[in-house]
Amino acid sequence: MTAVLDAVGLGKRYGRRDALVDCTLSIPAGHVVGLVGPNGAGKTTLLQLAVGLLAPTSGTIKVLGGQPASDAHHLARVGFVAQDTPTYAGMSVADHLRLGAHMNPGWDAQLANDRIARLRLDPRQRAGKLSGGQRAQLALTLAIAKRPELLILDEPVASLDPLARREFLQILMEFVADQGASIVLSSHLVADLERVCDYLIVLTRGHVQVSGEVEELLATHYRLCGARREVREMPAGMQVIDASHTDRQSTFIVRSAVPIDDPSWTVEQLTMEDIVLAYMTQAAAVDGRDRVLEASR
Amino acid sequence: MVIEFHLDARSGVAPYMQLIQQVRHAMRLGLLSEGDRLPTVKEVVATIAINPNTVLKAYRELEYAGLVAPKPGVGTFVTRTLGDSSIAAHGPLREELEHWLTKARHAGLDDESIEALFKSTFRSPMKENA
Amino acid sequence: MTWLVWRQFRTQAVVATAALAALGVFLVITGIQLADYYSSSGLSACYGACSGATTNFLNSVANGVTDTAHNLNNGVMYVLPAIVGVFWGAPLIARELEAGTHRLAWNQSVTRRRWLATKLLALGLATIGVAGLVSLMVTWWSSSIDHASMTMLTPAVFGARGVVPIGYAAFAFMLGVVAGVVVRRTVPAMAATLAIVVFAQIAMPLWLRKHLTTPVRETLPLDVNQITNLSSVNNGHMTVQAAASKPGAWLLSNQTITPSGSVFTGPANMTACNRNTSPESCINWLGTLHLRQALTYIPQSRFWPLQWIEASIFVALALALVGVCFWWVRRKVA
Repeated sequence: MTAVLDAVGLGKRYGRRDALVDCTLSIPAGHVVGLVGPNGAGKTTLLQLAVGLLAPTSGTIKVLGGQPASDAHHLARVGFVAQDTPTYAGMSVADHLRLGAHMNPGWDAQLANDRIARLRLDPRQRAGKLSGGQRAQLALTLAIAKRPELLILDEPVASLDPLARREFLQILMEFVADQGASIVLSSHLVADLERVCDYLIVLTRGHVQVSGEVEELLATHYRLCGARREVREMPAGMQVIDASHTDRQSTFIVRSAVPIDDPSWTVEQLTMEDIVLAYMTQAAAVDGRDRVLEASR
Repeated sequence: MVIEFHLDARSGVAPYMQLIQQVRHAMRLGLLSEGDRLPTVKEVVATIAINPNTVLKAYRELEYAGLVAPKPGVGTFVTRTLGDSSIAAHGPLREELEHWLTKARHAGLDDESIEALFKSTFRSPMKENA
Repeated sequence: MTWLVWRQFRTQAVVATAALAALGVFLVITGIQLADYYSSSGLSACYGACSGATTNFLNSVANGVTDTAHNLNNGVMYVLPAIVGVFWGAPLIARELEAGTHRLAWNQSVTRRRWLATKLLALGLATIGVAGLVSLMVTWWSSSIDHASMTMLTPAVFGARGVVPIGYAAFAFMLGVVAGVVVRRTVPAMAATLAIVVFAQIAMPLWLRKHLTTPVRETLPLDVNQITNLSSVNNGHMTVQAAASKPGAWLLSNQTITPSGSVFTGPANMTACNRNTSPESCINWLGTLHLRQALTYIPQSRFWPLQWIEASIFVALALALVGVCFWWVRRKVA
């Protein structure tokens, strides 16, 4: 199965600032991929590179086996909803659908009209007068109705109220069930993604911290609680992601390919949010250490 | 739809397991009986926004357990009832459990330790089956 | 793609059509009046020496609605490029960048290049069409006045006739588009476009146009009866200028020179040219000096070649801006 997104050493630099550094990813098809990271981590940069809005400054990226936005045919296979779901404020909902129909040979007018009817959107209403949730649904309809193989969404639910958020995800999941497309969506809130994603990428400060199937990540990450112990005393074959200590007790978040049998540990399963937090803490800690080193020079 | 699913994000139980449990529960209560059609994957995810693969996995598990069977192009249908078989097995199972609990208390475990032991053992074999 | 271009351009097209229609009606109404003056002054029936009829005609035109119309028409021609640049060019891409809708448009099944090419072609052709049509209407309406007054090459009129306004309009349009792409904000792009277009419209006639073609240099004997300017100061310094009779030409310089070729600066003959004597004595004295008149001018016959040269320069600039636009949009915008 070809990867829907294949990045090798991908980097993007603006002047002296690195937005994305040495990212290597291979995302398999048929998944709902969650891209998580704090604001400024580089999520938007990565997604815009994937749709061809940006060009990389180093490394390569291939989407659906081809260069992003290379020609009309490739553009037809990838749908994109940018952050803040832009729409033409002066154009009506019906006009937006006409736009989609005229500019996409693969446009499914039936699907689009059904969606709009189910959302109870007035086709004559101008997009500028719609609520945030309705605009997001309109942008999603435009992206879906051209029947893409891959749909990329940049923080689509960030500014939506809980009800609008739920409705958005419902329509999105229905689309996946119907068409078997792959989805990549980014968010800075894990809770948004936990229900729908089966593949996870954690991005902080332009670096990929971890990427993999959610099931595999949940099965191989554990929280170990036990007597006070240093990181270097941990057995080999186990990767320590995060560690915290009190006088007598240590808690480690570890990644291990084999189940942990050692009775001196209390072994707990983690939620997706726990895993993401652990990697984000690790990234922040690395930076903190660097900062301390610099100050002491 | 004959049955509507819900997801408890905080229960610690995997989503697909929750769906399986809800189907079994409905079958036990008699809400779902032989010949009833389960909602399609599309219907389920349109109601609770979860990954379609989760629903597929749950339905597959139910199929392996012999509780449902898919009819291509039509849907997934319940193939038996979960009633008598479990009630009949209750009696001996209950006795065995009481026997075990006595042993555990003799070994010095308090109520919380018993519960912790039960829970961790309960979860591990379930993962192997999954 | 063409549907989208039309949909986004719809309002501006309607406004332009309405304005063109209004202008057309206005020109027809005032044109009838103009034709009336033309025949009543006797100019329509006159052949050969028509200075009397010409004066009659120009006097009638200068009064009443035809004068307003004439000035308005010239004004419209000069304002047209700026309007096109500011209202059609600057918002074309800046508006999309400002609202982020380019991220919607560039993800449809149309490449960025085709999107840009369609927009530029459609609106570029509209610009040229409108500018051409308005110039045609105004040039035709003004033709009787222009031939009577022979002012077509003068800076005030030249930029309002023929193909030059089309060149300015194309240039202003592309300038607006590029300003919008670079600045990414509609209002600042409009301001920048306006400033540069106005500067170009002033700089060209003031400094550059005269270098586009080689002027004619001619020296004639100075006819003292044609002296229009005469000034002398107490230290004897004196300047003289006589009328130059080069109908239809654009006069670049008119100097009075001595027989040896240098500019005449006096000294004044104080007995012939002082406050107490009559002007004729001074003039008669000047006549004895055998002064000559050095003229530098661009003749009427160069009108159309100059029009094409100037229009081509601005069209070439517009095409260069098209290249800049494509490069910038492809490389620098996300």
